[in-house]
Amino acid sequence: MKKDHYLELDFSDDLPEFQLNRREFLRVAGGGIFIFFTVRDVSLFSQEVQRRRSRHDLPSDFNAFLRIGEDGRVACFTGKIEMGQGIITSLAQMLADELDVTLDAVDMVMGDTDLCPWDMGTFGSRTTRFFGPPLRAAAAEGRKVLLVLASEQLKTPPENLITENGFVIDKIDNKKRVSYAQLSKGKKIGRHLSGTVMVKNPSEFKIINKPVLRRDAHEKVTGKAKYAGDIQLPGMLYAKILRPPSHDSKLVEADVSGAEQVDGARVIRDGDLIAVLHKYPDVAADALAKIKVKYNTPPSNLTDKNIFAHLLKVAPEGETVAEGGNLQAGEKEAAVTVEESYFDGYKAHAPIEPHTAVVHMEGEKVTVWPSSQTPFRAKDEVAEALGIPAENVRVISPFVGGGFGGKTRNLQIVEAARLAKLSGKPVQVGWSREEEFFYDSFRPAAVVKIEAGITKTGDISFWDYHVFFAGERGSQQFYNIPNHLTMSHGSGWGGTPGAHPFATGAWRAPANNTNTFARESHIDILAAKAGMDPVEFRMQNLTDKQMRGVLQAAAGKFGWKAAKAPSGRGYGVACGTDAGTLVASMAEVEVDKTTGDVTVKRVVCAQDMGLAINPEGAAIQMEGCITMGLGYALAEDIHFRGGEILDLNFGTYQIPRFSWLPQIETVIMDNINSDPQGGGEPAIIIMGAVIANAIYDACGARVFQLPLTPERVKTALNPD
Amino acid sequence: MIEKVKFRLNGNPTTISVDSSRILLWVLRTDLGLTGTKFGCGESYCGACTVLVNNEAMRSCQLTVKDVQGKEVMTIEGLAQNGNLHPLQKAFMEHDALQCGYCTPGIILTAYALLNKNPHPSTPDIISGMNNNLCRCGAHNRIVKAVQAAADEMKGGY
Repeated sequence: MKKDHYLELDFSDDLPEFQLNRREFLRVAGGGIFIFFTVRDVSLFSQEVQRRRSRHDLPSDFNAFLRIGEDGRVACFTGKIEMGQGIITSLAQMLADELDVTLDAVDMVMGDTDLCPWDMGTFGSRTTRFFGPPLRAAAAEGRKVLLVLASEQLKTPPENLITENGFVIDKIDNKKRVSYAQLSKGKKIGRHLSGTVMVKNPSEFKIINKPVLRRDAHEKVTGKAKYAGDIQLPGMLYAKILRPPSHDSKLVEADVSGAEQVDGARVIRDGDLIAVLHKYPDVAADALAKIKVKYNTPPSNLTDKNIFAHLLKVAPEGETVAEGGNLQAGEKEAAVTVEESYFDGYKAHAPIEPHTAVVHMEGEKVTVWPSSQTPFRAKDEVAEALGIPAENVRVISPFVGGGFGGKTRNLQIVEAARLAKLSGKPVQVGWSREEEFFYDSFRPAAVVKIEAGITKTGDISFWDYHVFFAGERGSQQFYNIPNHLTMSHGSGWGGTPGAHPFATGAWRAPANNTNTFARESHIDILAAKAGMDPVEFRMQNLTDKQMRGVLQAAAGKFGWKAAKAPSGRGYGVACGTDAGTLVASMAEVEVDKTTGDVTVKRVVCAQDMGLAINPEGAAIQMEGCITMGLGYALAEDIHFRGGEILDLNFGTYQIPRFSWLPQIETVIMDNINSDPQGGGEPAIIIMGAVIANAIYDACGARVFQLPLTPERVKTALNPD
Repeated sequence: MIEKVKFRLNGNPTTISVDSSRILLWVLRTDLGLTGTKFGCGESYCGACTVLVNNEAMRSCQLTVKDVQGKEVMTIEGLAQNGNLHPLQKAFMEHDALQCGYCTPGIILTAYALLNKNPHPSTPDIISGMNNNLCRCGAHNRIVKAVQAAADEMKGGY
């Protein structure tokens, strides 16, 4: 990938403003040995931002820290948060291995804006790729410092010393040893990373690349794990907020007297923000229902049915993502040309934990416990909303109950902050499921138009690709196509003004799900036109060795046998790349031709993610991607009328269930000598295409719109 | 109306003075401070709020406090005995049968009730028994395996 497009979330307000200097950090964090290091990512990000916006200086501050405590325990401070993706385990593995301590000795301190260095947010499968290398380097440096200190204490040259399980030991006389705890006691040593520290070679790994179980499981199976809604403070009030019926609605009048009569209820009104506060959330909700309110909502004919025509109408000129050769020359070489459009509706993130936040304001100091993927952004947003300096705001991140990109947006935190200030009490805002659907930043509806041709011998001669409103991530094709153009119209998940009737944003592997659905469906159509097996067709048009290897691995595991589609077997294939990782999947489906129902029986996914820090965790993420991906492939679609969201709960918005489950098999390519790549998103991107292609193979029905509902399958089977 | 409601909660006799028409989920979470029981959807679709009432898995978002008068209520906090994890809890840990963990308490208690009724479930039995609990992270296959492993471990009893 020549360009990294994971930066499309607009984090312009979010630039590194790391105010904690080293001395302040020592004061906050107590004794021990401190290692400061810089996450490369931040400077790259800032250069990118600077290039794009030209209004901010590069940050010069270190971005992350680890602490070797006086008790020998090792704390890792990271601005990242744990939302299920498992970095609470994999980051600890990296640190433990490089420092030569046991995994059990590592404590993770995550997403605390007073203790942890600035971080732009936990999204984009970035943690392992970009936070991991400097973390490992810092741990390696820490080990070096300990060796020097031990050498002085043991009066042994450093080259005669080894480190093991938190001890520095004399190689010759192993009774001569000193623990990290003894060495660090009372010392405060800060040093900048030289940048030349050697991390371990893969052959030296003891903990990295070994499968390790989740470290947070005990808390989570006992109910002790704290999420934002579980934070309860003395005097805290729960707020329920009046919501409009539509994003277009304007408040006309509200009579709050009914709510005010509820015992213990406080009604707060600040402009359009009308809320009822009570010490019990259910009573607050009951009181809120007593408010008589009138809204003015302009009529709208825009629905999930006609949104695509609207989007194409308002689409701006495209931007070129990639191009090469000459399309007209390619068209002349083509024996067969195929032109199709692909459609994808709005999808909700739908984490089981709705957006929640607790805010406590004491004088000018504010503490926030949010469900958020972007705690540092939340800090700035709270400061701005309350008109106080950002350094007065501390965000402490509890566990997050699923994010998938949706919790990069922090509306509920700002609401809680405003209400905490207005009420003078600690306030918890926890959205209902209806609010969660209403205020979600949906994966945008999008259209992809592709025209492509093949030669008589089955080579793709040209590829003319236009994506509208999905965004460009994943639009770059990786086949060996001499003449190609890829353009993105209305790029960015936020869309352009007037495009979407409500908020849109990044949804797990943003843009890539839509782009991969379109590309890999179209490749399959070309294969069928060429009269070729879809795997053979891909191999013929692929020169990228890594992708060929992944596709072959998937085919081997699946037991793919070549046949021209539709073969009646119900086998599908799709490939893709995301966050530096390559994936290839194969699926087996059964289609009920009478009802159009699709049953996914088996999914095999092979993934090349470079070095897998925790192969167990990586496999879990793949399984999670495949399972979650069944939802957008088969059922998930937001229904709306103008700015009114018609899906209020899981009754109409169906997410994957146990009964949907295929047999899932994962393959992680052995590539430990390469840098680690993303793992939280890649395996989801192929789910739309692999199922669409399997449906075609089963029954000859080609569906061009996600989700692949029974109705659409039936219509594709009987086009009249 | 404020009245005294008595029930057993995680094995302990419990009396609370409360408006007995209030929702059990919120009384557990706020008045009683048991936050292991989660709010997910409020309309019984997701199962995050599942508790055991007389050993039946029930959605606490659909129950009032009055509904459990005189009954035995168990939340996730009551599952481990004297610090010893239940076989289901151990199996969930050993199989990594969770990710974000937010649905986990409800999933485990639903599985507990399932094994109570059917100590030797087949895989289809587990799938149909768990089907109304939602997990967005996609831990489903591991959950099925964990429940199976716990059933094997418990050998029909516990």
